[in-house]
Amino acid sequence: MSEGLSYFLSFLAAAIPAGMPLLYGTLGEILTEKGGNLNLGVEGMMYMGAIFGFVGGYYADSVLVMLLLAFAGGALGALIYAVLTVTLKANQNVTGLTLTIFGTGLANFIGENIVLSSPSQTAKVSDALMARITNAGIPLLKEIPILGPMLFDTNIFVYLGIAIAVGMGLYLNHTRKGLNLRAIGENPAAADAAGVNVTLYKYAHILVGGGVCGIGGAYVTFVTCSGMWIQDCVGGLGWIAVALVIFASWSPYRALLGSLVFGALRVVQFYKPAFMRGISDPLFSMIPFLVTAIVLVITSIRLRPERMQPKGCGTNYDREER
Amino acid sequence: MRNWQMPVRAIKRVDEENRLRGVFLRVVAIFLALAVGGLFLWALGFSPVAVYASMIEGAVGTKTALRMTARLCIPLLITSLAVTLAFKMRFWNIGAEGQIGVGAIAASYVALYHSDMPRVLLLLTMAAAGFVAGGLYGAIPAYFKAKFGTNETLFTLMLNYVAFYTIQALAQGAWKDPAGMGFPKIARFASQAQLPTLLGVHIGWVVALVLVVLVHLYLRCTKQGYELTVVGENENTARYAGMNVKKILVRTMFLSAGLAGLAGMLQASGADKTLTESVANNVGFTAITVAWLAQLNPLAMVVVTVLFCILTKGSDTIQSLYNIAPAAAEVFQGIILFFVLGSEFFIRYRLRFVGFKGGKVE
Repeated sequence: MSEGLSYFLSFLAAAIPAGMPLLYGTLGEILTEKGGNLNLGVEGMMYMGAIFGFVGGYYADSVLVMLLLAFAGGALGALIYAVLTVTLKANQNVTGLTLTIFGTGLANFIGENIVLSSPSQTAKVSDALMARITNAGIPLLKEIPILGPMLFDTNIFVYLGIAIAVGMGLYLNHTRKGLNLRAIGENPAAADAAGVNVTLYKYAHILVGGGVCGIGGAYVTFVTCSGMWIQDCVGGLGWIAVALVIFASWSPYRALLGSLVFGALRVVQFYKPAFMRGISDPLFSMIPFLVTAIVLVITSIRLRPERMQPKGCGTNYDREER
Repeated sequence: MRNWQMPVRAIKRVDEENRLRGVFLRVVAIFLALAVGGLFLWALGFSPVAVYASMIEGAVGTKTALRMTARLCIPLLITSLAVTLAFKMRFWNIGAEGQIGVGAIAASYVALYHSDMPRVLLLLTMAAAGFVAGGLYGAIPAYFKAKFGTNETLFTLMLNYVAFYTIQALAQGAWKDPAGMGFPKIARFASQAQLPTLLGVHIGWVVALVLVVLVHLYLRCTKQGYELTVVGENENTARYAGMNVKKILVRTMFLSAGLAGLAGMLQASGADKTLTESVANNVGFTAITVAWLAQLNPLAMVVVTVLFCILTKGSDTIQSLYNIAPAAAEVFQGIILFFVLGSEFFIRYRLRFVGFKGGKVE
């Protein structure tokens, strides 16, 4: 294998884990927006998932408890959002933003208390737990050249993330419930008239969407930060995820591609070719955000009806106001 | 499950605009939020009353503390006024964070490379640079929103990170302090590029209070203020009335972002005395909650800002006293706003108990 190719493959291998938390956040938000709710609290829900997952791993030392709590953390944030926007019809933008402030604060608050109360002033989960999470190679499949080590010899989050993406794609496009949900997102009044329980659907999907975001937060604690609690660890990933939803034009499949591209943008500074050595690291860190802004503009100029935000997104549905 | 109905029905109030009830319900919401926050503290094993008392004591108890709290208020109040202009227009400017940063960058450029001007002229030039740079930075997403309908929430948000990393790049590269012993930071401003103080706090506070009045008058008494309110209420109405919606959008965002840029200049020159990547320090986001809590009313914003700054400064105090992490301030802010957002439902609707009707709707 030529040196250039193997260098590129190692870059690609780094892009997958870098994009994985974005995938979770994006998938969670797609599910939420498909039901007509724009939840800007992805960052906050990821933080809540990150700290809940961390608490699960730290105290229970179990992968399953960690994942369940991470999901519950994100779902709890989403529940606050759902009560306020679906039942109490509060402004979706402001509620989502508040959820981000609250989730960030809560995670840093709990995290710092755990750190302060530990004798070494650091909080890290056991090495055994980390080994179970990160060395989850699938026998035989991981022997496949090139693809094997990249896709089948990684951590459990990668498998789970890809499975959720495919599952969500099938659910949205090929099931009755998925169709109902999309109908609510486009025109809640019509769905209501057709006998779909709008409130129940909204609650269920906002909660599950939040839970998925929460697992993305746990990814940050357990993979990016190697099982150690670090203040402000999510650091804007949730916001990129919100933007990635637009990049993926509300398709879980395209979210897979989008998170790979943005993962690559996140790690490109460590693989920059020789002629770019002079460019400083902060400018590279800026790239994903700059690209997102450009993507936003381009997608808004080239409007295509099947690739647009659900029509009911951002406004609350009130049965009495028809 | 399908025919299950809530025993309570929400009915729209006829007198939605009842101001007294609005204020009353919001005050109740804040007290409920403080109660929930207290429960949270109690669950952690602290006495809520003692913690709240030391928060207030730590924020306003001594002259030094009071000055530090006042210093926190300056950028927050101005930025709240800034986002208010955009929010009145239903333009979700969540990029104040970046606009503060860009304003600070422009002001710092003047301070670092043109500090040979007379002091008053220098400070005025810095302020103008901050305002214009911030304003232009905010006008970009407004232009694309007007022209192509580009989502402004995400666009302004992405520009926050662009500004943040630009400051970082400047600190590590072009503007790196040669006397910083290799540490990536920007040199301290020359003394004449620093804002003078009045009553122990840099004069940004006077600017902030003047701006409260100006923004209030702008929204209440000028044609432009009226226009942006109409655009916010209903764009079609505005268009029907012959208003140039695109122009209003870009103009208002320029002013909104310009104020944020000015806040950045004041923070860099008055408080930090240099440019750091934490110049905005989440003020851009907190300002949104302040503006919303104050119902986009500039005068009420003064009260809410002071309340929030007591919360923030007080959180530092309770950290040293009780070892409570300072992130508690954000948790409290979140809880307060959740309750206020929830209370708005009861301002718009009243509840009627209709009892269980095993299935059919009447």
